[in-house]
Amino acid sequence: MSGRLLGNLLRFGKVLRGLGLDAGPARMIGVAQALEHVSIGNKSDFHDAARSLLVRRREDMALFDRAFEAFWRKPVSGETSLDLRALGEQRRWRSPAFAPPAPQGDSRAPEAGGQDPPASAVVLTYSPAEVLRHKDFGQLTGEELTAVRASIAGLAWRLAVRRTRRTRPGHGRLPDLRRTLRHSLSSGGEVVIWERRERKTRPRPLVVLADVSGSMERYTRLVVLFLYALAEGLDPSVEVFAFGTRLTRITKELAGRDPEEALARAARAVPDWSGGTRIGESLKAFNYRWARRVLSRGAVVIVISDGWDRGEPELLAREMARLQRSAHRVIWLNPLLGSPRYEPLARGIRAALPFVDDFLPVHNLSSLEDLARRLEALPGPRAPRRQAPAAAGA
Amino acid sequence: MPASESSYTFPVPKTPIDSIDSLQTALRKRKYLAQRGLATSVFLALKLQRPLFLEGEAGVGKTEVAKVLADILQTELIRMQCYEGLDVHHAVYEWNYARQILHIRLAEARGDRPDEAELFGPEFLLRRPLLQAIEGRREKPPVLLVDEIDRSDEEFEAYLLEILSDFQITIPEIGTVRAERPPVVVITSNRTREVHDALKRRCLYHWIDYPSFDDELAIVREKVPGASARLAREVAGFVSELRRADLFKVPGVAETLDWAAALVALDRQALDPQIVSETLGALLKYQDDVEKIRGDAARTLLDRMKVGA
Repeated sequence: MSGRLLGNLLRFGKVLRGLGLDAGPARMIGVAQALEHVSIGNKSDFHDAARSLLVRRREDMALFDRAFEAFWRKPVSGETSLDLRALGEQRRWRSPAFAPPAPQGDSRAPEAGGQDPPASAVVLTYSPAEVLRHKDFGQLTGEELTAVRASIAGLAWRLAVRRTRRTRPGHGRLPDLRRTLRHSLSSGGEVVIWERRERKTRPRPLVVLADVSGSMERYTRLVVLFLYALAEGLDPSVEVFAFGTRLTRITKELAGRDPEEALARAARAVPDWSGGTRIGESLKAFNYRWARRVLSRGAVVIVISDGWDRGEPELLAREMARLQRSAHRVIWLNPLLGSPRYEPLARGIRAALPFVDDFLPVHNLSSLEDLARRLEALPGPRAPRRQAPAAAGA
Repeated sequence: MPASESSYTFPVPKTPIDSIDSLQTALRKRKYLAQRGLATSVFLALKLQRPLFLEGEAGVGKTEVAKVLADILQTELIRMQCYEGLDVHHAVYEWNYARQILHIRLAEARGDRPDEAELFGPEFLLRRPLLQAIEGRREKPPVLLVDEIDRSDEEFEAYLLEILSDFQITIPEIGTVRAERPPVVVITSNRTREVHDALKRRCLYHWIDYPSFDDELAIVREKVPGASARLAREVAGFVSELRRADLFKVPGVAETLDWAAALVALDRQALDPQIVSETLGALLKYQDDVEKIRGDAARTLLDRMKVGA
């Protein structure tokens, strides 16, 4: 192979790395080796070969194709790499339509000071804390909001677990033949004690569908914050989607150390943060595109929404039914439930309610604590549900 | 092709796979119509001796690649179907406890004490797919198919990664088994979850898409020879329209072939709305998808297809 080609390959790798693909020099040398088997004269074979070595996700294929076209079309120059940088930007921040909205409700947003409040400021004496626990999120002042955020971040609960199909030595019902036989050797092959194994457990995967339309914004922020605290340390099993008029996956944006920063990033990723609501459409998008990928292994689905839906109730009912069929449990969190006078009369919520396992308030700290307890103690294998026949026919 | 070769086949492939073209031809000869991109990935997997990671929707022919490949290479296919909780005892090896206990009893009857080294020797070892794939003394390395890896769990992925890194397995009682020549590894995934990046890094990746109309037509003609030219064309056309419809689960190639076979069995020469509605179950596997297409929608799709053709 000519040194010039290798040089170009390494430069191409650099471009790909700039786009976030895994194309370090070692991998590019792998491509060079592959080219010994594929004629480089055939551009399309060269393309296929390079792609199968450098791309590992279907989502990245289009990005690679465009980079490949741009790079190998003409001799390398500064000009091409400029184009590609634009491509990279596109990938990282998909159309940041709005600036991230600051938390609403109070002009003295806690971040505005530019400094973290000293820890002592958020430690509340018992009684104000108790008041705070029951105050509706919608009525919090800036300071109280800060305090609530701090309390949420400090929550320490575990997610409910499910039994996996893996076992470990223990006191279950499964015989451990291997250890039994081993031990029997010391007694000349006589089995004295039957060793046993038990099933291992894992946290249930959690899928969150969060309404980020105008009316829900503040609640959603706090609940996501709460789930963030809950999920810390078991990140692979939590998926978060935001919806308003469209569904957007924000799991990746939420990955990171700092939840506040992550929320801001998520807001940038969602085109309609604080827009209108089409719950049915959004659930359908989730069911069709994501459910098969994230709802395996007995996932718990949490929908956070007030149920004000501008779409068709039939669609919402049908998609809720489908969602419930593929989830271990569907929990709907509604901040309006906090009001004693609230009745679920809105068309959306009435359509959805038959397919919800738990319908819970989520308007103050106390309700979040209840939710945490519930998530911790979710029952294991459940009896089959019987959905209303309307579900199938709708 | 020399006529003498049929009588005595020493393990030399009949047609050496020395280019993408020859591989594509060999695949075609076995009725597997591969797009050029797929053939390239398979070819490189063979040449670079790297595992091939095939991803795609259900029913696009991922598993078939491994089967056909084993046939082309005239070697054994070792298949491992993945499932949640798949562990070392089912993937790699297990001791044959029943035989061990019998052995102990026999030793006792002779008045001996069982010898532990003997008891945990190769004789009492049950070889599971991964061990089979790297252990055997074959003239040619086998094809190892790790099917539907997305059904397994992280623990198994980590284990597989370890084996794919150096093709050796350590059995504490016996020692380390190393592959003289690494197997050809094909891993498939339906993407019901993301497989860990570390595993994919070791592999050549290829996404198998639904075939184009022309390719699918060729596949139907090849695999369902009983279908008339017209029926094959209409089946392929209808399915490709169907894939554009708003469905929960669109049909794969496997479903197309089932459907074509069903229509042949019903002695059909062409499609009409009624027969489509009656046989839709071969294509669509969700009740509300069937509801959606049955009747008027089927008629519309048929019309659109005829206009498009």
